[in-house]
Amino acid sequence: MPIREDVLVVGGGLAAATAALAARETGKSVRLVAHKKSTLRQASGLIDVLGYVDGDGPRADPYGAMADLPDDHPYRLVGEEGVREGLRIFDDAVGDAYAGGHTDTNALVPTYGGTVKPTARYPNSVAPGLASIDEDALFVGFESTTDFSAPVVADHVVAAGVPFEARGVTIPFPIRFRDDARASRFARALDRDETTDDGRGVRRVLAEAVEEHLTDEERVGFPAMLGDDHDAEVREELESRLGVSVFEVPTGPPSLLGLKLEDRLFEALDEAGVRLSTGNPAVGYEADGDRIEAVYVDRKRKEIPYHAEQFVLATGGLVGKGIGSDRERVTEPVFDCYVPHSEDRYDWSESAAFGDHAFARFGVVPDEEMRPTTASGEPEFANLRAAGGVVGGADVAREKSASGVSLATAAVAGGRAGEEA
Amino acid sequence: MSDAENPSNPTPDEQTDFEPVQVFDDETEMDLRPGADNCYKCTSCDTSCPVAEVDDDFPGPKFQGPEQWRLKRKDDEDIDDSITSCSNCMRCDNACPSSVPLSQMHNTARGEYVDEQMDKLSREYLRNRLLSNYRIMAEIGSKVPRLTNFALNNSLVQKFNEKVLGITAERDFPAFAEQTFREWWHERGGAQVSSEEKKIAYFHGCYSNYNTPEVAKALVRVFEKFGYEIAVPRQRCSGTPMFANGMLDDAGRAAEVNVSEFSDLIDEGYDVIASCTSCSMSLRQEYPELFEFHGTAEVSAHTYEAMEYLRIHEDLEAEIENASVEEQSFAYHAPCHARNQGLEHQAVELFRELDGVNIEDVGDSCSGISGTYGWKEEKYDTSMKIGEEMFDHMEHAEGNVGMTECPTCSMQMEHGTGYDIKHPLQLLEEALV
Ligand SMILES: Cc1cc2nc3c(=O)[nH]c(=O)nc-3n(C[C@H](O)[C@H](O)[C@H](O)COP(=O)(O)OP(=O)(O)OC[C@H]3O[C@@H](n4cnc5c(N)ncnc54)[C@H](O)[C@@H]3O)c2cc1C
Ligand code: SF4
Ligand code: SF4
Repeated sequence: MPIREDVLVVGGGLAAATAALAARETGKSVRLVAHKKSTLRQASGLIDVLGYVDGDGPRADPYGAMADLPDDHPYRLVGEEGVREGLRIFDDAVGDAYAGGHTDTNALVPTYGGTVKPTARYPNSVAPGLASIDEDALFVGFESTTDFSAPVVADHVVAAGVPFEARGVTIPFPIRFRDDARASRFARALDRDETTDDGRGVRRVLAEAVEEHLTDEERVGFPAMLGDDHDAEVREELESRLGVSVFEVPTGPPSLLGLKLEDRLFEALDEAGVRLSTGNPAVGYEADGDRIEAVYVDRKRKEIPYHAEQFVLATGGLVGKGIGSDRERVTEPVFDCYVPHSEDRYDWSESAAFGDHAFARFGVVPDEEMRPTTASGEPEFANLRAAGGVVGGADVAREKSASGVSLATAAVAGGRAGEEA
Repeated sequence: MSDAENPSNPTPDEQTDFEPVQVFDDETEMDLRPGADNCYKCTSCDTSCPVAEVDDDFPGPKFQGPEQWRLKRKDDEDIDDSITSCSNCMRCDNACPSSVPLSQMHNTARGEYVDEQMDKLSREYLRNRLLSNYRIMAEIGSKVPRLTNFALNNSLVQKFNEKVLGITAERDFPAFAEQTFREWWHERGGAQVSSEEKKIAYFHGCYSNYNTPEVAKALVRVFEKFGYEIAVPRQRCSGTPMFANGMLDDAGRAAEVNVSEFSDLIDEGYDVIASCTSCSMSLRQEYPELFEFHGTAEVSAHTYEAMEYLRIHEDLEAEIENASVEEQSFAYHAPCHARNQGLEHQAVELFRELDGVNIEDVGDSCSGISGTYGWKEEKYDTSMKIGEEMFDHMEHAEGNVGMTECPTCSMQMEHGTGYDIKHPLQLLEEALV
């Protein structure tokens, strides 16, 4: 008796989790098959919906901006309704860990490099740092975390024209770690309130060190490493010792905010009763005519069939390995769905690093139900849908729409798969 | 830097799949450079390394793997001795989005370090050799189990072990069973079920033979219940403790016996089943990564963990839904090597549906013992620091019986909490047989 479910979702990132939750809401049995940990671990933990259209922005109203997107953009297919549904599933899954759901407008969040980024949902710990809040800010960096320079962040934020003053200081972390210690090491020390050389708790010593630099600022921003399991407690203690609000600035990879989001999503999957098979890649399928019967999972040199009624492909884009390429061709490796691209690979990218690259939009071409289509526009399979980075047509990095596209396409793909299973 | 500054899609050309390239004659000296080049320094591996998390002196998997490899290939550098602090939990493998073969790099580097840089007369070498060849000790010990159990856990002997051998005195040695599994198997006259189609060859490993034969017996009874003919061929250690200690020659000798015995049975239609997740990991992944004996690939492709096999081939879910056991609650820990095979959710998923059972996953922390690692006097503290999170979660779980598939994880769980620990096969036996 083989492994069988109503809906099988292939992938392990934001799109796969959302599609699985959407499918599960229809009451069907759902399994998620994921290979590696998702790119959420590297992502900022912010949920961007739409900040720029064709290089123009930041746009305050993501829904309004959708009308200016090209017709083949996934948002044009799923509509405002699809985007709202994706965000609803996300909000339900993360509960009160995220803020932003109270408004339809984008929030502006200062990031690691000092740019101010338009985003739709952000972790609670990020909220007091929003650029729209008219309170002066002190950014604090640590000597050993060289990729976060507080003075540079502060200068950039001010240069972005925010309505407040900002300054940055760099101080030694009260406990000495090895030179290239990871953010998680700092978080752990704060989580456990480890003792410093003089026998006092690290939270207290840190607060005292920051206090020396604090003048009139009404809030203090740290790189996002203020605790992991006990993050709320760490922030509260710092706030009460400093007497001002404390916020986190989202960091680059590996990002604790991204890791925490991943944990939360997997908890939500578990609570919803989604079954999980992780650690092995899907490598192929078995079909009967235009219906997929099973997906093959390569369990270390042996292929195991996973049967289902409906399938969702959410394997990510070029980074997540949902789209593959060699010098000749761009492919979707699991179902070999059609991925349009120029024959000439010199057309795939522009010379400017931030230019309008064709490869950024590589992906399968969905119909309104999110079914990948063939070159002639027919669904590749009757019971296969796609969601997230594997879907083409959006330049998510330029538009600041990555998570939004994942959520919206997943809500539609997962929901439809569940209804039909 | 956040993606706001750098939309970090790699260009399509950078996507090359890793293939180990054999450029040296010696099979342990593979050139893994193409794998090293796949590293784009995202540090996901470092963030998931349980040793790096608690040991500030350990430079982490990225350094042990791709970086060290680059250094070595450029200027004939020595292997950094921090490689002996890696516990071979293989978590970094699972974390790398770019499929850099980290644990394979660590295993080969450790082998080279032991071969070329370690003093063969040092206490550390002798101790590691002793620990990784547990089966030899076990074989002697199990001849006189009561005496050995008494002697090993005598505090004088423990002090001797720690002072002279560097084996921590903090731990109690696992008790040897009065009768080994193999003795029991022969006494009952081997297989009781014969079948043409359903055949499994059981890789019991050392621990369930000498220390917990009840686990091995549970496997036999459950599989026979489903109509399987079972073979229990001659076998040696899976090699896991040897890889972790860089004793690749020892591991190779053991692997050669296992591959030859089991591949013969595969030819006769058997699949290989293990009850220990490190054993199945070893046969599946480490053998083909490190050795090229005739039949290695077949053994790898045909090896399964016991419950995994039943879930694929039987309707285990339906059986469980119709069964019930006396009320009991478990705190379940998924061993690192189960995670790497994609098995970390199966016990909880399945037993949740079993009437009478409450089972709770105690989180994704590593247990910290990692086979022989936590037995080393100088690693004991690190091992317990890693385990702290798991102990904490176990204590907060409703159940006060632990559950796991890995024998050394179960030692650590017991050591840290005082709980009794069961193997999922024992609960399956209770429910179905
Ligand atoms: C560095 C970085 C920074 C980012 N920052 C932001 C940000 O600031 N704001 C924002 O909104 N978004 C950001 N994102 C994007 C966002 O986090 C998600 O990556 C995006 O929404 C795509 O999600 P996904 O689920 O489609 O794919 P991914 O997250 O790429 O997940 C793909 C999953 O599928 C699995 N997989 C692939 N192939 C197979 C297979 N054959 N079988 C089984 N499983 C497979 C992978 O192992 C992985 O788990 C960032 C991403 C990156 C990489
Ligand atoms: S195998 Fe485990 S201990 Fe060793 S480097 Fe990788 S994650 Fe760290
Ligand atoms: S996870 Fe892989 S790509 Fe990232 S730093 Fe480690 S080895 Fe390199």
